[in-house]
Amino acid sequence: MPTDRIQYIYHKDNLQKSEPTRTKPEDLKSEEMIINLGPQHPSTHGVLRLEVITDGEFVREVIPHMGYLHRCFEKHAENLPYNQIIPFVDRMDYLASMNSEHVYVMGLEKMLGIENTLPKRIEYIRVLVAELNRLASHFVAIGTYGIDIGAFTPFLWLMRDREHIQRLLEWVCGARMLYNYIWVGGLFYDLPVGFEDRCADFIKYLKPKMKELEALVINNKIFIQRTANIGILPLDLAINYGCSGPMLRASGLKYDLRKVDGYSVYPELDFDIPVGKGEMGTVGDCWDRNYVRVLECYESIKIIEQCLVQLTGTHKRTREFDPQAMVPKKIRPKAMDFYVRGETPKGELGFYFRSTGNTDIPYRCKGRSPCFVNLSVINELSKNTMLADLIAIIGSIDVVMGEVDR
Amino acid sequence: MTFQEIKELIIQEFGAEVVVAENISGLQPVLTIVKDKLPLVAKFLWSSDKTFFDYLSCITAIDNLKAGTIEVIYNFYSIPYNHHFTLRVETSRGDENSLPVIPTLCEIYRTANWHEREAFDLFGIVFEGHPDLRRILLPADWEGYPLRKDYKEQEYYHGIKVAY
Repeated sequence: MPTDRIQYIYHKDNLQKSEPTRTKPEDLKSEEMIINLGPQHPSTHGVLRLEVITDGEFVREVIPHMGYLHRCFEKHAENLPYNQIIPFVDRMDYLASMNSEHVYVMGLEKMLGIENTLPKRIEYIRVLVAELNRLASHFVAIGTYGIDIGAFTPFLWLMRDREHIQRLLEWVCGARMLYNYIWVGGLFYDLPVGFEDRCADFIKYLKPKMKELEALVINNKIFIQRTANIGILPLDLAINYGCSGPMLRASGLKYDLRKVDGYSVYPELDFDIPVGKGEMGTVGDCWDRNYVRVLECYESIKIIEQCLVQLTGTHKRTREFDPQAMVPKKIRPKAMDFYVRGETPKGELGFYFRSTGNTDIPYRCKGRSPCFVNLSVINELSKNTMLADLIAIIGSIDVVMGEVDR
Repeated sequence: MTFQEIKELIIQEFGAEVVVAENISGLQPVLTIVKDKLPLVAKFLWSSDKTFFDYLSCITAIDNLKAGTIEVIYNFYSIPYNHHFTLRVETSRGDENSLPVIPTLCEIYRTANWHEREAFDLFGIVFEGHPDLRRILLPADWEGYPLRKDYKEQEYYHGIKVAY
């Protein structure tokens, strides 16, 4: 390739043409100012750009601009067979790929009508790796949130613990973040020999660390002062905005798709759904959202322990077990429309499929990402707060831009 | 409530002419309604005590190039009753000068705001009455609507070659 060609023709109006601010300077009231936060800003969690209208230290309006990480997931999906879309699904929410894969695969299995014929061991392994990944995702959420509001230690502690999870998952499938492990009708591999013991060791190690984390972050006086009564999201507003996951639960609604829909083997497992109670301030504030995430980590640990009991007991490893035995040679669902949803660490992940019945490429595959919907509420949360609180609010939503922009 | 009961309710309220078609062959039945009545039907589904669809899960736009139509599918969910409902509206694809127009649901469900902006961005569907209809994922000066089946990407964007 010759590289002497000019790659990008600079023009001073390019930025105004491609990403114009919604507010025109002449529309501002006196004392108001447009501040552009991001896309290259550490506390916007990726490439989120916020157009902030400020009045002194007060935020009057926040207008998010997205699309800096748009990788055309839906267009790619229209040109690929169903099984080859799974790696693209990984890259939507790159912090919780297992959960996204699980939802995607579950939808296809329902379309093919094979969801009840799978061996229980496969389902338990899926739930096990998904919950491990949920822990990892919540660790990043809580850790980076600590950095946002000025606490550096919890980030390092949580990254250390997340590293163990990533190594476990790397042992399972060979990749640290983007796994392509859960397949339609099965799994890539069985668990490696000795995984169950190592995982149980990790859980034993993690439990006291969670207590330490709670003492370090959640009950820390400075943390409480920075987050309590900030960014309050009332329940009716949360539902109307379509929020889901910890956002919705922190506003006080006991609503978790793992319980509501009862998919996979979740009905056989015993776990609670933590909700925000407003212990430090008001129900639905930033502190509640983070506390719900911490409590969910405990629930995930509970689920992992039960899965390990099942995987070493009733559904233990046998020589004959082949996780790829049920994988269909061609994934060709009948002509239909199908909406599938499942609970990822961020909330309700949905896929809308349309299959035409005569090909193994979807006619349309829409991803309904929880972050995209959760982020849309940011303007309501941050109206008339201080600029420093805006940073606390962005972090508490726990956005992953890969999923917002797809 | 089942799909048929909800359909009966809609017919009772708005008359039989509001329903264009229904598709109950798949796993999830879909009801197609007249697009002009969409905000009224959605408002009814949202406010009626029997249905109470308080959660709009997803808005999907689909381009049917062969049939010359573009459709928008709404997945409603009711948290207290735990039932689902899928509505569908259809309109012509329009041509270069006139984009398809569908009424907005922003005033009932605020979550529709960004979903509709996304559909406008990628499919070129104009949602009538939308308070802030701008492109959301693509740059504001991008040409064309990429998820349409007959989309051809522009050759250069700010001097950068688009096709790779």
